[in-house]
Amino acid sequence: MDYQAIMEKYQHVEGGLLEAFHAVQDEINYLPEEAIITAAKIFNMPVKEAYGVATFYSYFSTTPRGKYVIRMCKSAPCHVAGAEAVTQALEKELGIAVGETTKDGKFTLEFTECVGQCQKTPVITINGKPYLGVEPAKVAEILATCK
Amino acid sequence: MAQELRIVLRNVGKINPEQVDDYLKAGGYKSLEKARSMQPIKVIEEVKKSGLRGRGGAGFSTGQKWLFTYTVNSDEKYVVCNCDEGEPGTYKDRIILENDPHTLLEGMAICAYAVGAKKGYVYVRGEYPSLVDLLNKAASQAKAKGLLEDFDLEIRMGAGAYVCGEETALIESLEGHRGEPRVRPPYPPVSGLWQKPTIVNNVETFANIAPIIEKGASWFAGVGAQSFPGTKVLTLTGDIKNKTFIEVPTDTKVREVIYDFGGGMEDSKPFKAVQIGGTSGAFMPESQLDTSIDFDSMRKAGAALGSGAVFVLNTDRDMVDVVNRIAGFFEHESCGKCAPCREGTMRMQEILDKINSGNGTKKDLQTLEKLGRVMSLSCLCGLGQAAPAPTITAMKYFGAEFAAKLR
Ligand SMILES: Cc1cc2nc3c(=O)[nH]c(=O)nc-3n(C[C@H](O)[C@H](O)[C@H](O)COP(=O)(O)O)c2cc1C
Ligand code: SF4
Ligand code: FES
Repeated sequence: MDYQAIMEKYQHVEGGLLEAFHAVQDEINYLPEEAIITAAKIFNMPVKEAYGVATFYSYFSTTPRGKYVIRMCKSAPCHVAGAEAVTQALEKELGIAVGETTKDGKFTLEFTECVGQCQKTPVITINGKPYLGVEPAKVAEILATCK
Repeated sequence: MAQELRIVLRNVGKINPEQVDDYLKAGGYKSLEKARSMQPIKVIEEVKKSGLRGRGGAGFSTGQKWLFTYTVNSDEKYVVCNCDEGEPGTYKDRIILENDPHTLLEGMAICAYAVGAKKGYVYVRGEYPSLVDLLNKAASQAKAKGLLEDFDLEIRMGAGAYVCGEETALIESLEGHRGEPRVRPPYPPVSGLWQKPTIVNNVETFANIAPIIEKGASWFAGVGAQSFPGTKVLTLTGDIKNKTFIEVPTDTKVREVIYDFGGGMEDSKPFKAVQIGGTSGAFMPESQLDTSIDFDSMRKAGAALGSGAVFVLNTDRDMVDVVNRIAGFFEHESCGKCAPCREGTMRMQEILDKINSGNGTKKDLQTLEKLGRVMSLSCLCGLGQAAPAPTITAMKYFGAEFAAKLR
């Protein structure tokens, strides 16, 4: 992938490193080492600094993730609404534990804190799209919509 | 029964948020026009006289903040909107913007005119990508119509770090760095983004500006509680019947919020506790329900209004389990810059885990209390300072539940 081309658009945006990282992740869901090194060059900073930014934010990942990143909210309102049971259903359906990616590279399962959709808990997001009031029994159906 | 009063949510359901013309038809951008016909200092005086205080949690006088930036001489000044909204149980800023993005742009443009800024940023949390699109659309429509004149606005997206809601961490993040809070002073109104005077205000704070300019300071000062006038948008979660958002005058009582607006307890189960202001708020027992939700009354009760999240628990809930989960939040979100928070949030989680699994001792409870005191006094930013509050208040009001779980 041509990381240079993706990120140099943000070279003259003040503080544009985050925007550049977002742009890379829009393409491949994570930040490979090569992208971070390229970013450091574009933004004229030490690699360790660009790496420091990449690892600070929970939205950025330095390890490969699946095509669909599923995030399970575990903040208190979702917790008391049964987030744990939904997590278990997701783990069972996907055959992976939280933090892992399926062998076919399709799904990654992560925890998140509140995503601001607490009107109907528990909540998961798939590539940023929220699903509200998720019940364990509905998990398979939701996953089936990810082609 | 107490009534809702919609000031910041005045256009919800009435206009199409994607059409600037709809906002204009509803009287939008008239306040900006009016403000521009006034001297900047008069605009600031009006905001100050209204008594408006920040809706992002700290409750600082908005007019006073603007005055600081106004008085500093600088070639460049910035206006930043804090839409990081990371406090669990909170989604009010999203509701405001999804329904009425221009109310924010108008408020920010008025602020920019008043303090002498030409450039503004909206920092939207990474979890709200569709808001970024909507705000970009709104900004380009407003620019195309010349409504913003020379005020230039950029929408930026965060990347999933709760601490970036803290204003100096947000500034660091806007600059493209790790979102670690700065040592203060200097405060942002004097030295913020790229060391220039910077106003950081919450979405809801900005959304109050146009109505204040339109209807006048004394109208606003007469609404709600005297020392914290206006309304507050609240989001109701947990074991409450109506899990929804409401906007109520600030002299509304917590009890009214739960039983009138919230419709009472879900499945009519008995009330146990409420946590207001999000996960960093204190737990309040039944005996405190007649507290008014305004900033000062809440503080007097040892609690906080914070973001306006209202998280209700019934008697079936296990307090130790809930605060254990909350401690996990802080352990995860601590930025690690200062030791009392980095180590403290970790130890708190560790001890609560131990107690929750039935292995705690009396000494652990004492350690928690001491740790809580130390953290509230020595942490660098509000995250670490507030982190012990839920645990400490839960222990205070529901101590028996902790005792029952000890080894
Ligand atoms: C850990 C932490 C998180 C915060 N999160 C937010 C937030 O999400 N939104 C917000 O407006 N203010 C947040 N604040 C408060 C801001 O630092 C700041 O006081 C506020 O944006 C000022 O705007 P206001 O005066 O309009 O309230 C947070 C503070 C701390 C310490
Ligand atoms: S209190 Fe916590 S979040 Fe705040 S600066 Fe210290 S380590 Fe970071
Ligand atoms: S608590 Fe889960 S989305 Fe807000």
